[in-house]
Amino acid sequence: MGLSYRVIAFRPEQCDGCLECETACSRSKNGTADPAHSRIRITGEPADKRWGLALCRQCGQPSCLMHCPGGALTKNEQTGVVEWDESRCIGCRMCTQACIFAGVTYNPASGRVMKCDLCQGDPECVKACSRGALEYLTAAGLYNQWGDLEDLFVPGISACLGCNSELLMRHTLRRMGPNTVVATPPGCTAGIGTVGYNGLTGTKTPVFHPLLTNTAAMLAGAKRYYNRIGRDVTMLAFAGDGGAADVGFQSLSGAAERGEQMVFICIDNEGYMNTGVQRSGTTPFGAWTSTTPVGSVLKGKTRDAKPMPVIMMMHNCEYVATASTAFMDDYYRKLDKAIAASKKGMAYIHVFSPCPTGWRFSPSRLIEVGRKAVLTNLVPLWEYEYAQGKLGFTHSVDNPLPVQEYLGLIGKYRHLSEEQIEHIQQTAIRRVKMLKNFT
Amino acid sequence: MPETKYLIVGCSHAGLAALDAIRLIDADSPVIVVSKEAGLPYSPTSLPYVLSGKADPERIFLRPADYFERSRVQLMTGSAVTALNSKAKSVDLDDGRQIFYDKILLATGARPAVPEIVGLSRAPYLVLRALNDAVTLRDRIKQAGSAIILGAGLIGMHTAENLALAGMEVTVVEARQQVLPDYFDSNAAEIISQVFQNQGIKILLGNAVTHVKSTNNGCAVSLNDGLDLSANILLAATGVQPCWEYINDPTMERDRGILVDDHMRTSLDSVWAAGDLVQARDFFGNGSSYLATLPSAVNQGRVAGEDMAHDPEATAYIGNIPANTYSFFGQWAYSLGHAMIDESGAGYEVNYTYSPTCRRYQKLIFEGDHLIGAMGVNSDLDPGVIFELIQRKVDLANLKEELTVAPQKVPRYLMTKLWR
Repeated sequence: MGLSYRVIAFRPEQCDGCLECETACSRSKNGTADPAHSRIRITGEPADKRWGLALCRQCGQPSCLMHCPGGALTKNEQTGVVEWDESRCIGCRMCTQACIFAGVTYNPASGRVMKCDLCQGDPECVKACSRGALEYLTAAGLYNQWGDLEDLFVPGISACLGCNSELLMRHTLRRMGPNTVVATPPGCTAGIGTVGYNGLTGTKTPVFHPLLTNTAAMLAGAKRYYNRIGRDVTMLAFAGDGGAADVGFQSLSGAAERGEQMVFICIDNEGYMNTGVQRSGTTPFGAWTSTTPVGSVLKGKTRDAKPMPVIMMMHNCEYVATASTAFMDDYYRKLDKAIAASKKGMAYIHVFSPCPTGWRFSPSRLIEVGRKAVLTNLVPLWEYEYAQGKLGFTHSVDNPLPVQEYLGLIGKYRHLSEEQIEHIQQTAIRRVKMLKNFT
Repeated sequence: MPETKYLIVGCSHAGLAALDAIRLIDADSPVIVVSKEAGLPYSPTSLPYVLSGKADPERIFLRPADYFERSRVQLMTGSAVTALNSKAKSVDLDDGRQIFYDKILLATGARPAVPEIVGLSRAPYLVLRALNDAVTLRDRIKQAGSAIILGAGLIGMHTAENLALAGMEVTVVEARQQVLPDYFDSNAAEIISQVFQNQGIKILLGNAVTHVKSTNNGCAVSLNDGLDLSANILLAATGVQPCWEYINDPTMERDRGILVDDHMRTSLDSVWAAGDLVQARDFFGNGSSYLATLPSAVNQGRVAGEDMAHDPEATAYIGNIPANTYSFFGQWAYSLGHAMIDESGAGYEVNYTYSPTCRRYQKLIFEGDHLIGAMGVNSDLDPGVIFELIQRKVDLANLKEELTVAPQKVPRYLMTKLWR
């Protein structure tokens, strides 16, 4: 399959039209500050402060390339850059007619066309942007790297349509590798095929199915045994919110307090989804579940979710983080840190996991729901490293979207009154305020 | 006997665009591409530049050498199709072989339409359409000192420029009253002519050739105003016509080109056609047109490939929109959309900016609140962005004046709002 590539992202809301990117580009490509040589051009009117960008998109199927009669434009399959070979360019300017983004333009000063080449993977414009409007997205390399790792999970699974557990499971196991013991207590994760069928396991690693109550305790015992015989094996738990925050909590809390060495991943879908959508300790305020129904009196859950990742942070774990499958690059980085931390003690990752079946939204909106949860600050992304002694946000919590943008996507919140929405908004604000105290 | 799911005849812009579109959807089915050229695919547009040495004939290929193998496509070069048997779903090749297909795309392009002039067929005239034409002409330049070019169309003008750059004495003879009469109005043509004349190229307008004869060291040409010219090289560049001699089926509907629907299907079953061979619907609602431009070949090829491969995202052809960018002696002109309106401009709102001394010209043509055409010389704008404004029929009700004053800035601003 095709590779993912690094790209320059533009956030118009951060741009103030300072044009430092143009100057940096001209300097880099021509040695002058004259913006006529810049491959990146900011467009728009200072008056209405709405900025745009004329820059090569490094298209997957470049129109300029298809229109070039000289074969001077090619797509570099390794870097994704649409490259211009000056020695083959006949100067016909057909490319400038083919591109609808003004990504390849004519430079009257040089008499040649010009286009962005991403500066051999280190774009000068991005470095010059002090406003945060330009960002060089490098996550593509991670996807390629992870895509090359061996998939250690069964090819067919029985998850509901749109479930993000499969994404999480496959990618986590790819990274952890076969030298891992996996524990999946009762819950969706075990049910979709991790523990296997007909006496066969669902993973290419050792996997076991503890009770809902004792996952962390069993992994702690297994790890201590391997340590004793001198084998470095990583312990990995995939537990739901029931197996981590509710029924499984006492063994997890004990293991965290003792500093047992493991990576414990909580896949938080905010309820007991595989048994019929009952409430759990992490079900948010206002949410419909089968045990917090919506009727003439009751309007969903009346209590707030307990802040499980914060509770784990207070256990002095080596590493605690929140994550979302809508931000996989963020998750990849956190998983690497968690694996390293698990050599010393407990690493806990709390993954926000929207559930199309139990929450009532279309499977096609899964990533959108995950993204909006983060952008509204309902699921702030952060990490806590014990060695650093403080918490750091890994996605900006400034300028969040209103919570309605998230709630409106999901059926379990359809009944909410304005008061309930306001309560949820205040909860989000209060939680971020609380987290900031730890930064 | 070779059999294939997809057979593409012709391998320039249209054929390659179709091939890419097919492989995007159908990575594995057999594809055969037949090309009458001996080597890798190239574009006729690059050929004039071979004459001046600006383009290296070894390096003008549109795809790298391993492209076809990597795409699992069988490329049969040096094979011309001599007959299309649409009922048997096969083609005959000039070496006697037959290929059976499920679906076929005809993308055989065009060849020079040689005018009927007394004596021309017996004279050693040249044309410029294939790579070997360009190499022959380039090699002849070494001994030749002068050239006459019949026709001031894009091929004729490109060739005139490149022959002049190669050091030749060049005369262009055009029957109509201006250069590039199919693409530019008289204002633009005047600026372009001036530049050519300043470079020492003679341009004779409104002059039909009545007679051609060969001489010891070239050709002699008589014009209808009585002038006689002679030169070492005579090049005929008076337009193109489809290459379709291999189509004998009387049920194939054709006019100036093969008639196609909006998915590039012809009147024959399982036969598609694209590029300089076809006559397709006109974007501006004037029936169908024979356009024979590079951008239309790319777009038609893509549309055909998507339809042939049952691409679920397949798009219908938007229609023929003239799009020409023309660069000459370091300057450039463009003619986009419905830019060739008659001089009166009746029925349209036309904004002109014309300064012949600065060799700058710009003409924007609006119909109601939409831009429908743009033409100019040496004005700074992004032709691709302007083309998209035309194609999208973007409402420019309050922006016509601003657009005229800032034809680069305003479209870029609209772009970031509408299709960023």
